[in-house]
Amino acid sequence: MLTIRVNGVIHRLDVDPDTPLLWVLREQLELTGVKYSCGIEECGACTVHVDGEATLSCNLSVSEVVGKEIITIEGLKGPVADALREAWMEGDVPQCGFCQPGQLMTAAALLKANPNPSDDVIDDVMSGVLCRCGTYQGIRQAIHLAARRLSK
Amino acid sequence: MKNEKIDQGRRRFLKVSSLISSSLLISFYLPARGSKAKASVPVKKNQNMVFAPNAWIRIDNNDVVTIMVNHSEMGQGITTALPMIVAEELEADWSKVRPEIAPVAEVYENPAFGTQWTVSSRSVESSWEILRKAGAAVRELLIEAAARTWNVSKTACRAEKSIIYHESSGRTLRYGELVNKTDGIPIPENVQLKKPHEFKIIGQPMSRLDTRIKSDGSAVFGIDVKIPGMLIATVVHPPFFSKQIKSLNSKKVMASPGVRQVLVIDTGIAIVADTFWQAKSAMDLLEIEWDTDENQDINSELLFKRWAEMAKEEGKTCFEIGEVDKYFQKSVNFIEAAYEVPFQAHGTPEPMNCTAHVRKDGCDIWAPTQNQDGARDIAAKITNLDHELIKVHTTFLGGGFGRRALVDYVGEAVQISQEMKAPVKVIWTREEDIQHDYYRPATYNVLKAVLNDRGLPVAWNHRIVGGEVFAQALPRVLPGMISPDVPRFLKNIAASLAKNLMSRFISSKKVVLGAGPLDYDIANLRVEFIHDDPGIPLCWWRSVAPSSNCFVVECFIDEIAAASGKDPYNLRHELLANSPRMLHVLKLAARMAEWRKKSPKGIYRGIASHNFQNTALCFVAEVSINQHCVIKVHRVVCAVDCGIVINPKIVEAQMQSGIAFGMSATIKSSITIEQGKTIQSNFDDFPILRMDEMPKVEVHIVPSTNPPTGIGEAAVPLIAPAVANAIYSATGRRIRKLPILPEDLRKG
Repeated sequence: MLTIRVNGVIHRLDVDPDTPLLWVLREQLELTGVKYSCGIEECGACTVHVDGEATLSCNLSVSEVVGKEIITIEGLKGPVADALREAWMEGDVPQCGFCQPGQLMTAAALLKANPNPSDDVIDDVMSGVLCRCGTYQGIRQAIHLAARRLSK
Repeated sequence: MKNEKIDQGRRRFLKVSSLISSSLLISFYLPARGSKAKASVPVKKNQNMVFAPNAWIRIDNNDVVTIMVNHSEMGQGITTALPMIVAEELEADWSKVRPEIAPVAEVYENPAFGTQWTVSSRSVESSWEILRKAGAAVRELLIEAAARTWNVSKTACRAEKSIIYHESSGRTLRYGELVNKTDGIPIPENVQLKKPHEFKIIGQPMSRLDTRIKSDGSAVFGIDVKIPGMLIATVVHPPFFSKQIKSLNSKKVMASPGVRQVLVIDTGIAIVADTFWQAKSAMDLLEIEWDTDENQDINSELLFKRWAEMAKEEGKTCFEIGEVDKYFQKSVNFIEAAYEVPFQAHGTPEPMNCTAHVRKDGCDIWAPTQNQDGARDIAAKITNLDHELIKVHTTFLGGGFGRRALVDYVGEAVQISQEMKAPVKVIWTREEDIQHDYYRPATYNVLKAVLNDRGLPVAWNHRIVGGEVFAQALPRVLPGMISPDVPRFLKNIAASLAKNLMSRFISSKKVVLGAGPLDYDIANLRVEFIHDDPGIPLCWWRSVAPSSNCFVVECFIDEIAAASGKDPYNLRHELLANSPRMLHVLKLAARMAEWRKKSPKGIYRGIASHNFQNTALCFVAEVSINQHCVIKVHRVVCAVDCGIVINPKIVEAQMQSGIAFGMSATIKSSITIEQGKTIQSNFDDFPILRMDEMPKVEVHIVPSTNPPTGIGEAAVPLIAPAVANAIYSATGRRIRKLPILPEDLRKG
């Protein structure tokens, strides 16, 4: 048995400690906003926050996050999250939408660390999350829009 | 509400839809229900009165208008675009319009194909008339209902934003107030449709109806489906060179935690477990040897060499105008070039998956699929159940790109569920998804052109060598295209005949799409095809044949321009003089990109134009290349004429999307085969364009009152030639092979 804290809720789990956090979230806790796409830390679809940092969950053993604060897209809240979601809505960023939880989790961590990122910084940080539909231009604009609103 | 006057078609619809009355988009509540649907109406939902006048529209007493969407949402915005079309004619209040994904039913077939599937960018084009008429008829019916309620003339009433107004008395009735006042009013026929200048919703940048749930993690994709008691399976597929298992030892797999069963199924070996992680972990413990066959030596490099040899012989003429031979016989001065286009994987972000629950009395399928009819058909074939007992619930698709027009993954879920007597979700690993995709066909192309004394091509011959999707895929999808009333054995016979018939009648026209006919004024033009099946599975890939043909044609046009000393834009301008729509987008793109002006230092421009199923496009790409031969695409200026635009925001998004998709195949990735196996297996060796590589995309839409044409694929074909032509401009080097990789450019 191990205990993890996800979106503010403590869960006691009977699970192989080597199981990647991604699959514990998706299959044990039924938090399916976090996505499986590559499984080898190439695409960013599985991004969650671990102690506030954007973290890939597909190769991260659940035993490694015991005692840490895990946030998924379902639990992403607060002014940064609200500003990003609002900007996402205004720009109609998603297309197929599959990668968008990973995009938003990464963008939220970015804005918390750097409230006014340049295009280069956005590109650098967000390049870890693949979007096959090519919503990148919309993501970049939405991050700028959210940053502007948050700085007011 | 009474509804005795429904016709047969509608009764049929309600029978089907009442099984899944909860909306996938608004809420996802899909218990595995086996009970037969009741044909009784009205459909009661949350105690609301619901008026369902036809297969497309439901209005409740709170004014919520639900529009049934009979096409799969895979990012192209169809769950917004189709409701916009209905809402326009219905005069609905857009803020209260909700989409709902339609079940599989005859009424929801795409009339362009006679089957319910989402392919070929035909959703808007084929739904345009049907949905407008459906909306307009219900609008008139509601006006009639209000007029009767008030005992006034119908002509004294009008509809706006889901309210009927009687101007002279100032009375109003909301649509929601009219749902129980429609008794005895027939649905009017031949209702006058709006003129384009009367549109209020069509043409506006309405917000997508799926953005919110795609921004909070609640959108349900196939991989997210949860059914009580569900098991999870993953499948190991045989390499292309094998159709049989030589030996299989699953002892270690069976001893692995959580594993319930190892099954040999039609497509491979399924490992069934309680969770995906358990199934995937056990996968590596499978000891398996595959039999080899004639495909064991397939090698894509050797394939291109073989095709280069084959290209020396004449092919089958698939398109011809004028007298091409006459010119090549008498001309000694012609230009010639050979182009290679590789295999491509679809790389949908959501790997292949499907959930099925097979019971004695029915089967439910939850699938991210582009092919509802095919899904139902394969399930019927496997379970022997009647079609009406099989329900297909289409989820959101995490990308489709043509891959999900096939239904192999549906068959797997159905077969495993049947064996396990439990609901089963099949999830492929990414590695299986890339290595066992059905690929975009590779082609080898030889082009020749005779130029006249003004440097214009008077004769053109394009010889294509390669595999062919239709010959392979039609037998797989054809049964779904035949009415469910046709006995299954007849369908199977038809499917087996399809291969020959299709390769003779249909396929050759599909293979040459984008190669001939061309809009360019070339009096003598021929496209030949030499069919040589590569022995690996093939499938449609976003934009299909033009994805390769447009690259070849547009690069060769540039070669002709260079050979005649003409500017690439000027040559196209001369050749498109008789094609006004194409000429217009050419001029528009060139003007917006300032083609005539010198580009900034280090930036080089390339141009390409293309007519994608009557969507006219022209792109100008701005590219730089550094000393390590790394290509950077800075900006792409797009001009597009797609007829009446339903939603300009979606058109713009689809231009960006097609460019991103096409750029991965232009400068990053391809599929190569060695010893009968795909080399690539994940996004590390089949890389996808990243944010820092995405160019700035500028979209200029031509205003139009022509009926709408497709937009979901249209941008894909143009980006490769626009970039390749820019690289020629930068380096003087012709690109005749994709993808364009720095290591190849460095070889000089």
